[in-house]
Amino acid sequence: MRHTLLFTLRRALLLREISSLIMLLVVILVFFALSPLFLSRENVGVVLEIIPELGIVALGVTMLMIAGEFDLSVGSLFAFCPIMISLFVSEGIHPILSIVLALLLSLLLGGLNGFVTLYFGIPSFITTLGTMLIWRGAVLLISGGWPPPFSSALPTAFLVGRMGIFRASILWFAGITVLLWFVLERTDFGNWMFATGGNQVAARAMGIDTGKVKLANFMLCSLLAGFAGVIQSFRLETTLPSMGGGLEMEAIAATVIGGTALSGGVGTVIGTVIGSFLIRIIDNGLVMARAPSYWFRVFIGIATILAVILNTFVRERARKMRC
Amino acid sequence: MERKNLVEMVNIHKWFSGVCALRGVDFSVGYGEVVGLVGDNGAGKSTLIKILSGVYPPDEGKIYFEGKECHFSSPREARMLGIETIYQEAAMVPKMSVMRNIFMGRELARFRVGPLAYLDIPRMEEESMKALERVDLRLRSPHAPVDELSGGQRQGVAIARAMYFKSKLVILDEPTNNLSVKESERVLEFIRELKKQGISSIFISHNLYHVYPVADRIVVLSHGEKIGDFRKEETSVEEITKLMVLP
Ligand SMILES: Nc1ncnc2c1ncn2[C@@H]1O[C@H](COP(=O)(O)OP(=O)(O)O)[C@@H](O)[C@H]1O
Ligand SMILES: [Mg+2]
Repeated sequence: MRHTLLFTLRRALLLREISSLIMLLVVILVFFALSPLFLSRENVGVVLEIIPELGIVALGVTMLMIAGEFDLSVGSLFAFCPIMISLFVSEGIHPILSIVLALLLSLLLGGLNGFVTLYFGIPSFITTLGTMLIWRGAVLLISGGWPPPFSSALPTAFLVGRMGIFRASILWFAGITVLLWFVLERTDFGNWMFATGGNQVAARAMGIDTGKVKLANFMLCSLLAGFAGVIQSFRLETTLPSMGGGLEMEAIAATVIGGTALSGGVGTVIGTVIGSFLIRIIDNGLVMARAPSYWFRVFIGIATILAVILNTFVRERARKMRC
Repeated sequence: MERKNLVEMVNIHKWFSGVCALRGVDFSVGYGEVVGLVGDNGAGKSTLIKILSGVYPPDEGKIYFEGKECHFSSPREARMLGIETIYQEAAMVPKMSVMRNIFMGRELARFRVGPLAYLDIPRMEEESMKALERVDLRLRSPHAPVDELSGGQRQGVAIARAMYFKSKLVILDEPTNNLSVKESERVLEFIRELKKQGISSIFISHNLYHVYPVADRIVVLSHGEKIGDFRKEETSVEEITKLMVLP
């Protein structure tokens, strides 16, 4: 009896997501103690409305990071994709076609990140630092500093339509989470991703096309970043050139808080969902507690470092538990 | 010319930007034979087996596998013919489970959806435990991460994988490096198990004493040339040691 209990405890402690989950629960309790309104219907609605935008970006970053690469350009694509939609619509292209074209363009730009990184063999950190600056510059250039008008012809309901206290975006987030979880944990491609990020030499030796695996994840990551940008733009009914500024850092923070290793080969989808919740809840809770907004960055910084320390420490301990 | 061996490499030459790594090496492996490939560091052992496993093409010379001439353009092609190479550092993904490592790149699928295959996890669990039992390796669960295994156990997993996928030739490049005496002994057991199943193997080491107990034949390389090729009954440790030290 004691044996199985210990065994279960060890299994639980070895879960990648465990430290982020504990932190999330603690944070919720603390904010609830500070302000009971924190768990009110309205506020929960507010949180659930902003989470998908970070969460979807972070899921893409997670997948790519597991495959062993980085993407810093997600925040810029987050702004670029909706701006392109506005641009296409203002050129007289059908709104739905405009959305499809802009998403395809995001996919293509992800392919470009991948191609430059893999073909020239340079670190993706450098490639995507470059494209981050390029696409942000392009956004500013296109908008000329002025947000282009948001067309009322755009069908926004399928992405951000209201359903009680929820918006449709939470369903998209849930759907994407389930899909990516499935791909990562239950398909051969997921196994190739872990292998590619975990030991590229071994993966190649076993006949896995690691370049293809990485390229697909670069494209997925950019597509999701663009898609999340469209969600935010549709929610706010505007296309601000400043959208998604600093989002790459939040997405990476959500990813590593959730237990994904910066070095690749290790990570979970659920952890990143928890990490995204944690970041947006800290954001919202600080507002509810009337703390000055700059505390947000301080807390995210602390949460990131703490999560990784906890993760390492807890796993170390759990491994030594013999049962 | 009749070819009775699984592998025949004839007159193999290889240069690396002016450096001659192999000059005119003939090398063969019989069916079910364990060949020990020994020689000092830099003798050309790894280069020879990298040519055999499709990593590099030879600059000169011919390779026959099961009597047919082969021109491998990738390790994948060699693997498809049944040549499995186990490099110590490159054999496993440490953070992945034993099961996922065994089936890496050759996953068992229940069905396919577009470009994706849905993994048949129960069957992979079962098959990986069976494969491990065949090399007498008993692990608690197929989900244990490889980095929790000892170096010898990892070699065992790699060999179980080679057996499972019906390899005809298993090449082990310095499998006993950095292993304790006891662990090295286990690797030798794994190689004996391969032989029992009729699978040929090439066991590379710079340490003759690791190779000698299991090898049926011992090939000695020195400075890119073959300087000895003995059936074990026709030679002794002393003779080979002398040969390795002399030139
Ligand atoms: N990829 C390579 N590029 C240049 N030189 C190499 C390469 N691989 C091996 N060599 C050289 O070829 C010779 C034989 O090396 P190797 O086959 O690795 O020896 P061993 O495995 O017997 O220690 C050495 O002189 C080594 O420096
Ligand atoms: Mg070598």
